[in-house]
This record gives sequence, C-alpha cells and structure tokens, in this order.
Amino acid sequence: MIDPALPAHMRPDRSFQALLLTLQRFWADQGCVVLQPYDMEVGAGTFHPATTLRALGPKPWKAAYVQPSRRPKDGRYGENPNRLQHYYQFQVILKPSPDNLQELYLKSLQAIGVDLGLHDVRFVEDDWESPTLGAWGLGWECWCDGMEVSQFTYFQQVAGIECAPVSGELTYGLERLAMYVQGVENVYDLNFNGREGAEKISYGDVFLQAEQEYSRHNFEAADTEMLLEQFRMAEKACHKYLAFGDKGERHEMALPAYDQCIKASHVFNLLDARGVISVTERQSYILRVRELAKACGAAWLKTAAGGAA
Amino acid sequence: MPDLLIELFSEEIPARMQAQAADGLKKLVTDALVERGLLYEGAKAFVTPRRLALAVHGLPGRQADQREEKKGPRVGAPEGAIAGFLKSAGLASLDQASVQSDPKKGDFYVAVVEKPGRPTPEVIADIIPAIIRGFPWPKSMRWGSGSLRWVRPLHSIVATFGAEGDEPEVVRFEVDGIVSSNVTYGHRFLAPAPITVKRLDDWMAKLEAAKVVVDRDRRKDIILNDAKDLALANGLELVEDEGLLDEVAGLVEWPVVLMGAFEERFLDIPDEVIRATIRANQKCFVLKNPATGRLANRFLLISNLVASDGGAAIVAGNERVIRARLSDAKFFWDTDRVNGLESRMPRFQSITFHEKLGSQAERIERIRRLAVEIAPKVGAQPALAEEAALYAKADLLTEVVGEFPELQGLMGRYYAQDENLPPEVAAACEEHYKPQGPGDRVPTAPVSIAVALADKIDTLVGFWAIDEKPTGSKDPYALRRAALGVIRIVLENGLRIRLWSILRNRAIEVLQTIKQLPFEEAIDSISALPPDIRTLKGVQAAEDELLFKFASSGLRLTVFGEAVKIADDLLSFFADRLKVHLREHGARHDLVDAVFALEGQDDLFLLVERMTALARFLETEDGKTLLAGYRRAVNILRIEEKKDGRAFTGPTNAALLKEPAEERLADAIEQVKRRVATAVAAEDFETAMTALADLRAPVDAFFDAVTVNDPDPALRENRLKLLDEIRAATRGIADFDRIGG
Repeated sequence: MIDPALPAHMRPDRSFQALLLTLQRFWADQGCVVLQPYDMEVGAGTFHPATTLRALGPKPWKAAYVQPSRRPKDGRYGENPNRLQHYYQFQVILKPSPDNLQELYLKSLQAIGVDLGLHDVRFVEDDWESPTLGAWGLGWECWCDGMEVSQFTYFQQVAGIECAPVSGELTYGLERLAMYVQGVENVYDLNFNGREGAEKISYGDVFLQAEQEYSRHNFEAADTEMLLEQFRMAEKACHKYLAFGDKGERHEMALPAYDQCIKASHVFNLLDARGVISVTERQSYILRVRELAKACGAAWLKTAAGGAA
Repeated sequence: MPDLLIELFSEEIPARMQAQAADGLKKLVTDALVERGLLYEGAKAFVTPRRLALAVHGLPGRQADQREEKKGPRVGAPEGAIAGFLKSAGLASLDQASVQSDPKKGDFYVAVVEKPGRPTPEVIADIIPAIIRGFPWPKSMRWGSGSLRWVRPLHSIVATFGAEGDEPEVVRFEVDGIVSSNVTYGHRFLAPAPITVKRLDDWMAKLEAAKVVVDRDRRKDIILNDAKDLALANGLELVEDEGLLDEVAGLVEWPVVLMGAFEERFLDIPDEVIRATIRANQKCFVLKNPATGRLANRFLLISNLVASDGGAAIVAGNERVIRARLSDAKFFWDTDRVNGLESRMPRFQSITFHEKLGSQAERIERIRRLAVEIAPKVGAQPALAEEAALYAKADLLTEVVGEFPELQGLMGRYYAQDENLPPEVAAACEEHYKPQGPGDRVPTAPVSIAVALADKIDTLVGFWAIDEKPTGSKDPYALRRAALGVIRIVLENGLRIRLWSILRNRAIEVLQTIKQLPFEEAIDSISALPPDIRTLKGVQAAEDELLFKFASSGLRLTVFGEAVKIADDLLSFFADRLKVHLREHGARHDLVDAVFALEGQDDLFLLVERMTALARFLETEDGKTLLAGYRRAVNILRIEEKKDGRAFTGPTNAALLKEPAEERLADAIEQVKRRVATAVAAEDFETAMTALADLRAPVDAFFDAVTVNDPDPALRENRLKLLDEIRAATRGIADFDRIGG
C-alpha cells in the first residue's frame, strides 16, 4: 500500500521520481546500502561494481541503487513510446539471497501501489546470461497483468567464477513500472516531478531532446575510428592495471582495472550500434570483453572486499 | 495398506519442465522403492508452478525379513581365512557358524545372516533425500548460502505415510536444512497461510480449498472448457493451441479465464502475425469469428487470480500490453511493405549463411541457378522459378520475420502478393520450406517444387562439402529432414530427376565458394559437363576443349574429384533416408539395397517403381522359386570359385552345351536378358518381371537334369559359366544377393 501520509507529489503512482524514492526507501528499510549510480556509462545496472564484483567472494552484501543504463542500439529518435537508448534501472542485490526474497519483492510492488488483490503478478521463467560479463543465473521475468516489470535472478556465475554464496538480484525497469502505475501509454508523458499545471515536468521535458540527439550520435555520428582506438586503449589499460596491481596473493587495483572493462563494453555497444562490427567480429569482441571481466573478477577475489585474508 | 505422500514446495518451476519433472519423480521414487523390496499398488505425480508431488498407494508397512547364507572356508582352513570369514559375516566366533558337508569339497563353514526388514518410513527417509539431491532437472541452481541444487529455491517438504483412517506419520528427514513435515502452503496470493495435511485426498481437498488445483491435466481441462465457454458466450470460437495450453497450465495454480479486446484497426495485420504476437509475448489465446473464419478483435488470458474487481484491472493491463505489441506488429507490417522485398536483397551480401559456406547472397545465387536447372524437369517455367528463387528468402530481412522467425515463408507470400508478384512466385515463397516434417504437406505447384528442391539440395551439398554431416542423434542443420523432403517431393509428385549429376555440379559450385575460386566462367564449364562423367579421365575423354575451359577458369581438377566423392556419399545418404522412409510405409529395406546396388541408380522415382515391381514378383510362386534357383546357382559358384581360386564369368561355349536342359537354359537366358533390357529401357518393370519369370522353368529343369561338376573340366567350366549367366540375367533388375528373407 502507498503510504497515505505522502503528499500528492511524492506518491509513486503520480511521480516518476517518487517511484524511485519509494523503492530506495523500501530497500533501505531492508538494510540495503543505498548507493548512487556508478559514474560511468553502462548497459545495465549489473555492470556497477556493487553488483558484478560484490557478487563474488564470501562476504555478505546488500545494496540498492538507480543505474542509468545506455543501450545505444535501442535509440528511436524519441519516436517510439517504449524504447529508449538511455533509461533507468533500479537494482537490488542481496548476498546471500534471503529465503523470503520473493516476498520482499512483492512487498516492494505493494509499496509503489500495486494491489496484489487486483493485479496478476507472475514469475515466468527467464534465464539470465551476460556473455560479456561471463555471467549467468536462473530466475524469472516478473509479470504484472501480462507486462514484464522486473527481472529476478539468482546469480550462479559472474566473471566466470562460481558464486558462493549466491546473490539474488532484482532489476526494476523504472520507466515501464512508472508507466504502469501512472496509467500512461507513452514514456515521454510520464509525470516526472509529481506536480500539476505549470509546475509539472514530464519525462519528455527531461529526456526527449537527449533521446533525439543521442540517437543521431549512436547511429550516424559516433566517431568509429576513435571508438575502435578507445576499445583497444581500454583493453590495454585494463591489462596494464591488472598487472600493476597484482602482488601475488593480493591484488591492489581491481576496481580501476574493472573501470576499463566497463569502458570497453560500452565502446563495443556504440560500435555495434554504428553497424561497423560484422557478425563474426561481434563474437570476438564479446570474448575480449569477457576476458577482461574474468581477469578483473579473479583480481577482486584477491582484495579485502573480495574476501582475501 | 499405507500410502505415501511427498510434496516438494518451491519457488516457480519453469512451465516447460513441469510435466517431465512429475514423470521423473514418480519413476525415481517408485524404482527406488521396488529396488528395496517395497512393491506398491499405484502411483500418481502432481505438478503446479510451485510444487512437485507424488502419491504412492498401497505400500507395505515394512520390508520383508531376509535370510542370507554365506559360504565360508573349509573346516581346518588356515587361521587367516577363518578370521576373514568371521569378519565379513559379522560373527564373533565359529560357534555361531554351522558346518555343511559337500561330497567333493568336504566340510565347510556356513554363516546364516538374518537381515530383518526395516519399517517403510525409514527406507523412504533414506530414499527421498538422495533423489532430491540428484534430481535430473534440465537446469538447476544453488541459492543463499546452501549447496543444494534444485530448479529454483526449495522451501519445504511434505512427507507423510499412513493407512486410510489412521493419522499418518510424518516421514522424518532433512535435506540441506529443510526438515520434512506435514505443512504446506496454498495459493501465493489467495491463501498463503500454512496448512496441515494428512494423506493424498486430504492434501488435494485442502489445497483445492486454498485455491490450488494440483492436477495439471485438470487445470488444462478447466482452462480449455472455460475458454471455449467464454468464447461461445460471445459468439466466437477458440483457436485451440495445445502447446500454449500446456504452457499456461504450468503458469497458474488457480486458472481464471478472462476476455480482453483490442482495436479493430489491428485486424488489418495478417491473422498469423496477430496470433504470433499475442501468443509469443503474452501467452494469450486468440479467437475466431465463425462467420468469417478470420480472427476477432478479442483474446483470452489465463490469470492466476480471483481478483477483487472481477478481473477488470487485469484485463485492462493485458489489453495495454497487447495494444503496444500489436502497434509494434502493425508498424513492422506497414514498414515492411513500404520498401519492397527487392530493396532487401543487397543486404544479404553482408549476412553470413555459415562461416564456411559464404554469404546468404551467395547461397541465394546458387539456389537460383539450381532452380532454373531443375525447372524444366518438373514442369515449371524457368523464368518464374528464377524469380521465385530470388525472392524466396527475402522475407528473412523483414521486421515481422525478425520478430517472429516462425512466420518465415508465410510473410514472404504476403509481401509478394502485396507487390503483385506472379502468384506462382508468392506461393513458392511460402511453400519452398515444405515439407517441414513427416506430417507436413508436400508442395505440388511446379515453381514451388523447383525452389524447394533447389533450397534443400543446396543445403545438403553445402554441409556435406564442409563435412558437417549428421551423426547419431546430432543433426543441427536438419539435414535428414532436408533429404526426406527431397525424397517426398520427388515420390509424391512422381518426378523424374537424375540426382547424381545435380549433386556433383552443386558440389563443384559449393567447393568454389569454400575455396574462393573464381566463379562465373567455371559455371559455364559445369553446365557443359556430360551428366554421368565420374572421373577426370572421363572429362579428358569427353572433350579437349572442355578440359581447356576447366583449366582456364581456374577450376582445379582436384575440385572435380572432391565433388564426385561428395555426390557419391550424398547419394548413399539419400538411399539410407529412402530406406527409412519406405520402411515406415511398410516396404522391405533389403529390396531398396538390392536395387540401389546396381550402377547409376539415382532416379528415386524409378527406383521405387522398380522395387515395387520386384516386391510383387517375389510374392509370386515364380518369383520365390526363381530366387531359390538363383541362390542354388550362386552357392555352387561360390564354392567352386573358391576351390579353383578363380571366377567363372563370360559367355558359354555353345559347342560345349551337351545336355538339352543346358541348351534350353542358355537359350532362355539369352532371350530373358534381351527382353529384360528392352523392358527396363522402356521403364516397364512389370514386363521385365514377367520376362524374368520365364527363367524359372529352365533353371529348375537344369538343376534336375544336369550335373554341374562334370568330370570333364571343360564341361564343368562351361556349366559354371552358365550359372554365372543366371546371375547376369537377374542383374538387369536388381542385385539378388542383397535380397533377404
């Protein structure tokens, strides 16, 4: 149930930002560290080191954060009511996954105004795999009245390393969820700040121009020569930092090295959107990023947060 | 007799795994019980999204006692042997063993080990945890800090054992911290509170009251009946879909069928696209208007909830999603038609068909040439076949097919119709994929046939050339299906096609793609190749000019040799597939072998005609007797040839034919040979068999009257040669050596 004490503009079914704040609040109450977005371009919340790296090793971890996610290929010049090349994911990671994770998830839906006596919520098989991260897990896509609103995954492997204990990961597609609870058909019509009249700011007011400009950039203008060079540089830097930080039993630079892996992955996505990568090359680029991710994961296990003694 | 109830309660089990898991649990548990001497009367498994359960009915309360005799060493054996015996039998001293006498071995010790049967619950408590730990899920996972693997996190286990009327006991065991009990839970939203259960009937009734239908088949019945009723009440007809029904029955514990609608304007989209959209993404059923036979703008969704508003919010939510999906589909359908199929063709150049087999454009070009070559043989206009081959794959690059690959072909037809391409071309776009399986329809329109054969033959030759043949159960490129498709198209349409030279020429082309040899000029030289030439010498003999063309086009002669090998190998693959196909239709596979063993048999239709005539002949008295005579002749030949270390072949010497019976046989052979050859040349196999039948009497008479192994070596040799002539005469029809039975 939505907290009745909330002022109108803070209701998650009236305001995009209130939805996000409600989820943050809910998971803060469950003991999560509420983080801010990672300050790099990523394709999904999973890339945040708070998920990828923290899922590795024996130490318990609970975190929740919003992550702006970039999918250059999904740009539609602001003309498609559902697809965006930049959107928000709300990411929750709980390690080890608690026994009542499904119940917690359902409570979070109630908190943002989904009445479980009225709506048909379903857990539909969806195995998750990220070839670039060398990661996979089993879980579901969560449906609300036939619409996928979240991904629910029990990580089995990340960076090619078995996860023990297993992390439970929840990913909410915030725009979709907001469109659902606000009853809006076009993402750009979402009420962003929950105000009405002259004070109202819509999602379109905030992001439409960006979607148009970035679609142009992603499909038409992005400097492919520079990007190809950036990919090579990031790959090289990643290896260099991994070597620099490697002190045998311990590693002292896993995080900076992993930043370069993230960088390479995003540059690859841009190149892919520009259509300059052939089918066969595509596979080899993915493998190259995966090699970086694996090496970073292995380095992470040799750090304090990764559980090294 | 007591019953066992097991329920494994977990998070949502993927729908596609449920039925198999239920069967698996039943088999594993009952097998384990029987193995431990616990026979049962019946067992039934249940599965819902959140539980996997099994009831085993009529078990004994405990295992029967067992008595085992263990033979030990003889009396007076060394101390070490005796000590070992006592240890293995679990005896404290020899006083506990008895002595038995054996006339041969003398006296020896025997230990009688009494093994009392254990109570059944104890046995079950051993069995179940092991089965849970090793359960064969297609994919399983770990969760939390545990090490147990299950399909999704396992939360609780019910295990009760007891006879009707009694309060059943809980079978106590523990798996990774989960302790068995008699407590389960109802529907996730409608009745989540814990429930204490006893036996099967109690468990079923209480769960039913807690809004869980545990029987999968019953959930399917409920869905199907409610869906039909709801459709009927609205004057519509349900489009039944067994696969979808199976899936949705695995997504709900308490099925509630609701009807939703979408805007009429979406009905401009082809029915198949609407259905694929609604089915694949939303797992909803579509409905037909019985008056028009077309889809109605309604759909049925299967919800898992009795909602407090009667389902209004659920319907509204699903309608929103379906509206968005259909908007996408309509957008795809509209955009696809703005730019014609032709505009997509250049893109095939940059799409790889297979890493080693070049681009889709190269493949389409090969199919085009082959379709043109085949067209006259199947009564199609080459120009139409060419156009059809060009467009047949174009829909692969449309948005709709990108979204719903299962609509490939069908969409090609729609788009071709929309562009006013010739109807034969539009039909071929769809039909060239057929037949998809043994039950699928075979194309009958000549243009469709030409493209269908070209497509399948190119696929087969291609994967043969890169050595990706099917092995065992592995056939990732569905090559068996392609070969069967060719066979059925040829046989069911009565087509007359010589396969070998087609296969050889295609192999040359494919090898050129693989080896990246210059293309265009070589094509001319291929089409100039005489069809049956199998060797390089043959090429040389054919024409010097041809050989020159070969060399100048860069087509290496080794390529030719490779192509011949591929064609031979592929033809025997066709023979194998034909055998399987004919056997499924009740034909004798030995006769396929007997006919295929002849040189140059690559006309499938003719081959089957010949085989059918042969089969009929072998059913007759003449046929049976002739086969017996043939075998007698061949046996004698084999023995004598071995004896002499030489073969007896070649014409007989007329001067040495002394007995009238051998003269008559020689005459008959000459005549029959000639008549068979004429009839076979005219493809009149019935007449050929009649001719062969005339051999029967002279053969019988020969064996009655003539001694083959005459003391005169010259006579003997001549008679053995005569026997070989019998063999030669039958060779016009088939290799009789390969006939079994």
